[in-house]
Amino acid sequence: MRVEGKGLIDRDRPLSFQFDGHSYRGFEGDTLASALLANDQRLVARSFKYHRPRGILTAGSEEPNALVTIGSGANQDPNVRATVQEIYEGLEAHSQNAWPSLSWDILSVNDLAAPFLSAGFYYKTFMWPRAFWEKLYEPFIRRAAGLGALSGQANPARYEKAFAFCDLLVIGAGPTGLMAALTAAKAGADVILADEDAVLGGQLNSDLREIGGKPAQIWAAETAAELARMNNVRLMPRTTITGVYDDGVYGGLERVSHHLTKPSNALPKETFWRIASRQAILASGALERPIAFRNNDRPGIMTAGAIRTYLNRFGVSPGKSVTLFANNDEAHLTAVDLIAAGVHVAAVVDVRPSAEALGAYRLIPNAQIVDTSGRSGLEAITIRTASGEQRIFTDCLGMSGGWNPTLHLTCHMNGRPVWNDEVVAFLPSDGAVPGLHTGGACAGVFSTAACLKHGVEVAGSALEALDLKAKDTVSPQAEDDPYRIMSYWAVPGKGRAWLDFQNDVTVKDVRQAAAENFRSVEHMKRYTTQGMATDQGKSSNVAALALLADATGRAIPDTGTTTFRPPFSPVALAALGAGAEDKGFAPERKTTSHAASLSKGAPMIEAGLWYRPSYFPASGETNWRQSCDREVGLVRKTVGICDVSTLGKIDIQGPDAARLLDLVYANTFSSLKPGKVRYGLILREDGHVMDDGTTARLGAEHFVMTTTTAAAGQVMRHLEFVSQAIHPEWDVRIMSVTEQWAQFAVAGPKSPELLNGLVDNPINNETWPFMCCGPVMVHGVSGRLFRISFSGEHAYELAVPARFGDSLFRVLVARAEALGGGAYGMEALNVLRIEKGFITHSEIDGRVTAFDVGMDRMISDRKDCIGKRMAAREGLKDPDRPRLVGLKPVGIVKQLTAGAHIFCAGKEATRENSEGYITSVCFSPSLGHFIGLGFVKRGPERLGEQMQMVDHVRSIRAEVALCDPVFLDPEGGRARG
Amino acid sequence: MRLICPICGARDRREFYYQGAAVALERPVPEADAEVWDNYLHLRKNLPGDLEELWSHDAGCGAWLRVTRNTVTHEIKAVVLAAESGRGTS
Amino acid sequence: MRFNGFQIIKQGLTGNRGWQVHWRDPAPKDEYDIIVIGGGGHGLATAHYLSSVHGLTNVAVLEKGYLGGGNVGRNTTIVRANYMLPGNSEFYSHSLKLWEGLEEDLNYNVMHSQRGIINLFHNDGQRDAFARRGNAMVNQGDDAILLDTAGVREVLPYLNYDQTRFPIYGGLYHKRGGTARHDAVAWGFARAASGRGVDLIQNCEVTGVDIEAGKVAGVQTTRGAIKAKKIGMVVAGRSSQLAEMAGFRLPIESHVLQAFVTEGLKPCIDHVITYGMGHFYISQSDKGGLVFGGDLDMYSSYASRGNLPLVEHVAEAAVTLMPMISKAKMLRSWGGIMDMTPDGSFIMDKTHIEGLYVNCGWCYGGFKATPASGHCFAHLMATDTPHPAAEKHRLDRFVTGRHIMDEETTGAQHNLH
Repeated sequence: MRVEGKGLIDRDRPLSFQFDGHSYRGFEGDTLASALLANDQRLVARSFKYHRPRGILTAGSEEPNALVTIGSGANQDPNVRATVQEIYEGLEAHSQNAWPSLSWDILSVNDLAAPFLSAGFYYKTFMWPRAFWEKLYEPFIRRAAGLGALSGQANPARYEKAFAFCDLLVIGAGPTGLMAALTAAKAGADVILADEDAVLGGQLNSDLREIGGKPAQIWAAETAAELARMNNVRLMPRTTITGVYDDGVYGGLERVSHHLTKPSNALPKETFWRIASRQAILASGALERPIAFRNNDRPGIMTAGAIRTYLNRFGVSPGKSVTLFANNDEAHLTAVDLIAAGVHVAAVVDVRPSAEALGAYRLIPNAQIVDTSGRSGLEAITIRTASGEQRIFTDCLGMSGGWNPTLHLTCHMNGRPVWNDEVVAFLPSDGAVPGLHTGGACAGVFSTAACLKHGVEVAGSALEALDLKAKDTVSPQAEDDPYRIMSYWAVPGKGRAWLDFQNDVTVKDVRQAAAENFRSVEHMKRYTTQGMATDQGKSSNVAALALLADATGRAIPDTGTTTFRPPFSPVALAALGAGAEDKGFAPERKTTSHAASLSKGAPMIEAGLWYRPSYFPASGETNWRQSCDREVGLVRKTVGICDVSTLGKIDIQGPDAARLLDLVYANTFSSLKPGKVRYGLILREDGHVMDDGTTARLGAEHFVMTTTTAAAGQVMRHLEFVSQAIHPEWDVRIMSVTEQWAQFAVAGPKSPELLNGLVDNPINNETWPFMCCGPVMVHGVSGRLFRISFSGEHAYELAVPARFGDSLFRVLVARAEALGGGAYGMEALNVLRIEKGFITHSEIDGRVTAFDVGMDRMISDRKDCIGKRMAAREGLKDPDRPRLVGLKPVGIVKQLTAGAHIFCAGKEATRENSEGYITSVCFSPSLGHFIGLGFVKRGPERLGEQMQMVDHVRSIRAEVALCDPVFLDPEGGRARG
Repeated sequence: MRLICPICGARDRREFYYQGAAVALERPVPEADAEVWDNYLHLRKNLPGDLEELWSHDAGCGAWLRVTRNTVTHEIKAVVLAAESGRGTS
Repeated sequence: MRFNGFQIIKQGLTGNRGWQVHWRDPAPKDEYDIIVIGGGGHGLATAHYLSSVHGLTNVAVLEKGYLGGGNVGRNTTIVRANYMLPGNSEFYSHSLKLWEGLEEDLNYNVMHSQRGIINLFHNDGQRDAFARRGNAMVNQGDDAILLDTAGVREVLPYLNYDQTRFPIYGGLYHKRGGTARHDAVAWGFARAASGRGVDLIQNCEVTGVDIEAGKVAGVQTTRGAIKAKKIGMVVAGRSSQLAEMAGFRLPIESHVLQAFVTEGLKPCIDHVITYGMGHFYISQSDKGGLVFGGDLDMYSSYASRGNLPLVEHVAEAAVTLMPMISKAKMLRSWGGIMDMTPDGSFIMDKTHIEGLYVNCGWCYGGFKATPASGHCFAHLMATDTPHPAAEKHRLDRFVTGRHIMDEETTGAQHNLH
């Protein structure tokens, strides 16, 4: 119910929202949780395993119970914490994991079967009959499990990622964080202050006591405003620091527009920040923990601090007659504030014999709650005192078992928290994260005055590390009450007492795990699923650990802890992956001829990050094969044009350029004359083929290497490695110029005819013989011409600065068309090279050697080269290795397929019998049948042998004959002529 | 994770390419026996603690870097240009 | 105690007070016939098969932390037999067959779920490479189906087929592939081995290996010296450290591999899916969390934790491939230490020290191998001869050049596999 005159909500701005189809009213400043409580809606969810009724347990991001789905259709957002979601006009929320409805949930029968669903029961059954696991048991379990549901549709919202840099990141804007940020900002540090809440102030917003003579809420607002006015401070509300990474990098999730009815299109839903900070302060406060007792999980039972927050921050009392159950003084403040607000407090039950009342309420010391009742929400509690048991009617119970410092981030780099008997909690270990200082409640400092003071102190430490001088800052006056606590975790007795409210882990489960020898805390966690729910056990792990310690007769520090890992609270993949939706996953590289190719109707296909034309359909052609066959014919008979700019081009200059190439290539390049081009094979140091390509010598100390499209980056890095790391004494410089030059193949018998008249130089076999290169002028533009051929025809590659690429491509294609030729694409390129037996990365797939591709003689005897020594290992020269051959069909089935395996005729197609495999196939229009390249054991020794090709996965078998891999013009006369 | 490139300054890890132990700087002579080459290319001390290793500022200046980094804490203790580092061990 | 439905009911009716320990906690004896160092999945499986197949029970498993605390407890739970090269084909095929009978063998429900794996491919070259792989799988006697785009769409209608950077050309469908509940695998092997008399000794870190005249004599541990005739090292992630104690080096570099799980969700992904362009793989656990992973962080590490670039990269792959999961929230990320070898395949062999055996180098594919690793390693240790399914995974193969470069073909750089 709403309590008049209290809270930071704006009562002038009423909002309406829906939960499970019912309309409710709230105010701006409400969370969904506070608004539901204001409307007396206690039942909001069902638990995971037993489908027990669940209410709101906390008032923060640690909430394990109140998970809802926000929105519908493609905007449906599951597992949203009602305690974090701010309401807005028209907000639509739905309960989860209940069918047919939240109040009538069929699977709540699980609760009746609970004796048979104890910890780990599923490891012990569902094993027979075997086939039933996939068919029956698992589908049932899967349907019953899970919480919210995804919509099944693409997410229409926009998300962003960003980088930020600062001197000091302050995490948490409670009393400690505010004072720390203020102290650091006044010293001139560049400060980011991040807090997961919409309103800065942290615990101060739940507190009615004064700071420096002002109500805490006012002091917090004024301090935040002061910080906001400073140019060296960035305030980041609604920003959860999710993870700590190396070298001062923090992940942060900003919920930018989840609280807006109709956010501007300019706003993303969320932004994921990568914050690089030189120093950081963790001032994340502490989380209150429940106490375990029989049926402590009913709606209406929550943490004592949450009640105080709902009352003071939101002006809501979660009940009409409230009881409290505590082991510390802090919880009594809830009773004090409730009474002051006019809410009835039925009793405060305190386990401590020495507990004293802090106000005018009924205190029952030295007592425990032994049971509760109320089917869908709390109605009464049963307490036990020295004089026996008694029942108290109450619709809201606040539990407080003490406070756990929110030290999760200090564990992200493997820091282990340290147990402290005085505050009955784990504290962050010193130096757990380099450059991260912990302050306030997070460091076990609990009173407001001490937190304010600690904020100044930790800021001083951070400033010292930043070489900045702190100005004298005095923290204001505030309450400095002692934190009186007695260690207490669970009320002994019968029945089920909950620890993990979402996963339905009870004290019994922990004890059973221990009895079955799951004594390690990691074993207990994994066996019972304690702490594995969406809250990662924020409010339950420590109690479970204490009970495990008890069950195994160990002290808590000897029992150890499980590890907190990123993220601190869950982060949507949409935020972490922002920008990658659709085509954003990788850069798109386009050649200078891209637009011209599109205008000719070419389908563009991916080649690494590049797009290349697959083929250029002519009118009347209805499938790619027709176009491809025609384009192959153009090159073989007239002239074809193909953009080959995607091949890596590396400019290598310097007195030692030739030495570098001699070391990098298997064959020799120092003997190459200027103006000449040579084919080369690059090995990896492990003796396998890395790449191949041609290198042109443009001058005595100037080479241009080409690589395959796929290996351009790898080869470039390799050259840099050899020149910088192995031979830094060599005088040679290397530069990738792939983007700087547009390069086109002009291939076919009419290629000289095409070029003459286009380039100023006369082009013929005498001036420009095969494998020669040099500068040319193309209509006044300086270019380079290489007489090389990947098609086996008389061919050239013409390169011009990239800015002329588009126009040159158009000119080349027009001239080719005038000669009866035209553009050709990747399909034809592939056919042309297979016909000639030229290898690509289909063949040199990283597993093959020079020996395998018949190029072992290229490894020069007269010099060292990368990979030479290891290529000499017996395994790499084994004559039984599959080696490159050509294949052609010789039986009834005329089709070959790449990926098929090769077997001796008549042998069964098994692993033991596999003789090799096919790597590339095509229909050769020049030969009129399918041809293929592949690797067969001792292949070159078996040419002419008839074998069988078996492609199980395409259901094709064919009789094939092994042949020389060069199908066309084996003497090479066409390329030279 | 951030590395300080001696040429470019502190940059995010995603600008760098990792190769492995700096033993790669110690390429044996071709005649060296199989054991030496096996050591160079395959065998690694690979113990937790400080490691001399090679990174390349691939998306930056292209420099190969010799980095001293702790493999347990990821603390980076030194970054020098591989070309200027002399030859090293591990 | 046999586990079955009747036992569940019987115990449930008597307050679940009758359950017995899963394994004993014995004090280490002075001497064993065989010591297995490492109480992870492979070590426990080795112990199980030593006792069940070879009848050897004077065996101890020494674990420095808790049983199953290594990579068996921190992986993405995928089980498959989709290897291509001789050596790996027969080994993983053997493993999958053991998986298929594991629940009966162990009397423990490891939730082995043969929900099918689909490896997506995104260009013609990848299709041909997957066809070669699929054919190798069928040659071996396992299953593989080559799907085209329409075939994938029928099974996985929710992928992004229209607006994506790398279109889906098809997929290789391995129906017998799937997942298993990783912790349960460790516990099931542990329970079975302990039940046969193997001593599982936790919190017992090996600090030295005793070698006398070229033969192993025993180990030094944090719980005292223990003698043994044979010692097997099964400590993925820590292999180099153990080898150092025995005075030699391994062809291994340690790297961190991260894995991730989202909050629980109602069933939406029924298969295991791998994305050929993003080194991304995903499935949904029976509890409802989407379990996924990516590539290595790529730098040597013993830290069991990773950094943001890789986290973001896997999320990027997720949103481009399956836009429908982009509202799923990452709940937890963790890291494991991987033994990376120069060819991406594991090592299982004797060493030059008599009685010392190594089982290591699983890169990031060890989980699916767990039963066969234990089965073959037990065979090697018991009989001193390699099991036929693992005879190619020699320690000296990098000297001889008989690599097994199956999945990645990147050569001697350890982290690239």
